[in-house]
Amino acid sequence: MTGAILPSRGAGDRLTGLFWRRPGVLLLLLVSPPLLWLGVVYLGSLLALLLQSFYSIDEFSGMVKEEFTLKTYAELFRAQNLDIITRTVVMAAAVTLACAALAFPIAYFAARYAKGPWKAAFYLGVMLPLWSSYLVKVYAWKLILAKEGILGWAAERSHTSWIIDGVLAVPGLESSSLSTSPIGTFMVFVYVWLPYMILPMQAALERVPTSMLEASADLGATRGQTFRTVILPLAMPGVIAGSIFTFSLTLGDYIIPQIIGNSANFIGMAVYQLQGTAGNIPLAAAFAVVPILIMLVYLTAAKRAGAFDAL
Amino acid sequence: MRSDTGPRASLGLKIAALGGLLFLHLPILLIFLYAFTTEERSYQFPPPGLTTQWFGVAWERQDIWPPLYLSLKVAAISTALAMILGTLIAAAMARARFFGRDQLSLLVILPIALPGVITGMSLRSAFGVMDIPFSTWTIVLGHATFCIVIVYNNAVARLRRLSGGILEASADLGANAFQTFRHILLPNLGSALLAGGMLAFALSFDEVIVTTFTAGQQSTLPIWMYNELIRPRQRPVTNVVAILVFAATFLPILAAYYLTRGGSETAGAGK
Repeated sequence: MTGAILPSRGAGDRLTGLFWRRPGVLLLLLVSPPLLWLGVVYLGSLLALLLQSFYSIDEFSGMVKEEFTLKTYAELFRAQNLDIITRTVVMAAAVTLACAALAFPIAYFAARYAKGPWKAAFYLGVMLPLWSSYLVKVYAWKLILAKEGILGWAAERSHTSWIIDGVLAVPGLESSSLSTSPIGTFMVFVYVWLPYMILPMQAALERVPTSMLEASADLGATRGQTFRTVILPLAMPGVIAGSIFTFSLTLGDYIIPQIIGNSANFIGMAVYQLQGTAGNIPLAAAFAVVPILIMLVYLTAAKRAGAFDAL
Repeated sequence: MRSDTGPRASLGLKIAALGGLLFLHLPILLIFLYAFTTEERSYQFPPPGLTTQWFGVAWERQDIWPPLYLSLKVAAISTALAMILGTLIAAAMARARFFGRDQLSLLVILPIALPGVITGMSLRSAFGVMDIPFSTWTIVLGHATFCIVIVYNNAVARLRRLSGGILEASADLGANAFQTFRHILLPNLGSALLAGGMLAFALSFDEVIVTTFTAGQQSTLPIWMYNELIRPRQRPVTNVVAILVFAATFLPILAAYYLTRGGSETAGAGK
């Protein structure tokens, strides 16, 4: 290399020179291994999923017929399968609303009032349950909701068993105990996904300037009015960002409804059973495409509402 | 004029906020209590008696060790792969704007943003299409894919805070790209990478949804636990294992928090 001030000392220096003259080479070297991995393993798999969903199962031999057909998708529109999809979407919506309601006070307190060590305590208090073992959390609720478990014991001791009995007698939710009722499924979903709602909500609330709240109060708004017309609209992107997690995670989960609840089918469970015991991979794949489509619609709507600025 | 204490929260808000936090934490404590109960057939509360025998029983149970070993192996390999791939993407994202940058960042997040059942079913379909038999490596493929984003999040946040000036200074002083990486970049990234690696390890060790689709007949520790939840044998033994799994995820998370304190690297990362 002519014109260099320092003498060239080996391959490392020559490569450094190359990276300097052509930054694109270094970028390519950095990007290509992860891009190859994600492209081949992940996108390749998603394509395989799509491909399988257009195959069908031969009714006589039970073998996968590798020919393009829409027959498998048509099966999704059978009454029982539509039932599964509706049940899952309703559950996901209910869980999302409940998470938003429960998360708001925590996020609001952490964002506006918690200072110093309390701030750290709140942050860790949300992060630890978010990251700690999913199965352990579900298992804990099996202990809580069992008929002979702590909730039943507490209700009996405080003579409030009639509340649980009343809830379990509601038509459509009948069951012998909370751990085998859809209410139980709902409670565990809310518990497990709650931290995913709190964090983006808190991030959005922290960005609401205090001066705006003071201005609102100066102009004569009551606390309720300030909440409705200033805080809530400004926190909305955070709520939507959180709801993407709670909605999407509920749509795809199959462990919770299998362990807690009345074995009514959800999309995730249908996928799991169809690919496993039933061996119907095409229908399982078609079922797995449903949450993708629902999430695409949801994400498009969320993007319009500006939710991604808060992620 | 603003006072030092700031505005005061109303009592209702305080109760709701603290109640919410307790709601998030109390259920886990029951896991610990039930590991000591003498009742092994039901979840009777309060436990009729307390004993420590289940820890010994769990130690003797031969069906726990192979899943534990497999889980550790998968988590170690997946974490190593994710740390390499995640750091590479973070380095590329931090240093340049290039064509397809936004698409790449979406691609990194996608495996964790879409429900696990989709990732799992996709991999299962691909193994079906390509006739790949289930093995440790099929599990690793899935785990490494969703662990990349964890390492990436940590690394990219640290790289953004790192001033570009020190890299230029290193070059001005005659270091080549590899020396700068070894002596400047790596020491600065170290704790963020360690935190990312620990979180990735915790996530992989605990993962069950994707794993059930990629494991075939193999059993990781979460799959073992999942089977015990559906068909319980000695229930308190499941609690002992649950404590182990809890500790194996809890401790790395706590360590990761202290390593990256002051930043917001771990915030908002989804599972």
